[in-house]
Amino acid sequence: MLVRCMVNGESREAEVWGGTSLLTFLRDDLHLLGTKNACEQGECGSCSVWLDGHVVCACLVLAAQVEGREVQTVEGMARGGSMHPVQQAFVDAGAVQCGFCTPGLVVAVADLLEHHPHPSDELIREQLSGNICRCTGYQKIIDAVHLAAGRAQEKQS
Amino acid sequence: MSESGRVDVLMPRTFQEALEMKATRPAALPIAGGTDVMVWINFGMVRPEALIDLSRLPELQALRRDGGRVFLGAGVTYARIVRELPDVRPLVEASRSVGSPQIRERGTVGGNLGTASPAGDSLPVLAAYEAEIEVASAARGARRLPWHDFLIGPKRTAMKPDELIVGAAWQVPRGSGSFSKVGTRNAMVIAVAGLCLVVDEEWRRVRVALGSVGPTILRAAQAEQRVSQALADAGVWDEPNATAPDSLLDDFAAGVAAAARPIDDVRGTAAYRRHACEVLARRALSWALEDRRHARAGAA
Repeated sequence: MLVRCMVNGESREAEVWGGTSLLTFLRDDLHLLGTKNACEQGECGSCSVWLDGHVVCACLVLAAQVEGREVQTVEGMARGGSMHPVQQAFVDAGAVQCGFCTPGLVVAVADLLEHHPHPSDELIREQLSGNICRCTGYQKIIDAVHLAAGRAQEKQS
Repeated sequence: MSESGRVDVLMPRTFQEALEMKATRPAALPIAGGTDVMVWINFGMVRPEALIDLSRLPELQALRRDGGRVFLGAGVTYARIVRELPDVRPLVEASRSVGSPQIRERGTVGGNLGTASPAGDSLPVLAAYEAEIEVASAARGARRLPWHDFLIGPKRTAMKPDELIVGAAWQVPRGSGSFSKVGTRNAMVIAVAGLCLVVDEEWRRVRVALGSVGPTILRAAQAEQRVSQALADAGVWDEPNATAPDSLLDDFAAGVAAAARPIDDVRGTAAYRRHACEVLARRALSWALEDRRHARAGAA
């Protein structure tokens, strides 16, 4: 079946098998490889994307369900050759090791900061509970969130 | 079962259309948030000949609050429950305990009901509230079943092949309540034991429902009856600050644990689960009695 939707502001479409997930659609059909596949069961968060403005696991969305909807992936975050502030904060805080969890985390953190510009450690841990990292032990990720939050605040004042 | 591997995706625009599709193709698997169905598909655990997408049906998004009555549409996500029903505290606590933020943006109570796993987090809450489950078919229209007639066994419901779940309805009693669960982590965990306790001040009853410790959701009827009476005997219903005997909590906790019918499985032993029920029961009743003392009952 044909699935047609907006991805990062552009109209995209592809013929897919009926049981295809949004994750497979993004990676295999649209060749957007930023969104990662690690578990295919919604446990790891490496496939986190925005669907109509809400962060979801792409592996748990049927591609057909995004017909006519808006998807945003990690590829849509950098602008004009510059990293998104959350991406930059991850790099500067040393929160990227193997990098596999990073796209999903960057999406989740960007979403968190849109809703909670100054999150506590506890809120950060709760909101990132759907994203698993094997490398960093999470502390530098939390540092990255605070770094991004602080920079956003500085920019506003 | 799809032999060729082909999966037709049916996209109804209204609930009525969905019912007609389900009647025509009873083997079609309904999918809403996909947090169960997509796992089954991704891992080849199911090979449906067709899927019916319920995620866009406006009728299933209904979330109504009329005084004390709640109607929760089958398509309402856990994230929406947390945002829009903040005063139905046990349901909010259960919803917040589901998975992760990503899962909560997609998962639905309709899915918890349809999958009918005894570990479904919202199910003990529906049971403690004595919810009725509304289902419908094109041929026969809507019908309501009490939760215990709907959930009939592990991953088994009383639904007919041409039926879809409309939602759940219940009366919110005046009184405190909570949901809590035990698991290996404080997020993203399938409950080893789950418990919802609800206090009904008007009927002077405590209700307790257990999840993950039996073939389906259980109510601890004897423990409920005994503690409701014991609270009356101690004058606690009339006077929240009246001293309840120490034995009241112990007796209640033991009674709830006795109501559990757990098995040993990959997530825990029967003995541990029974112990977990005892701990959760004691805590839940303590919190409720504390709330009453501080008059924090609210509408929960």
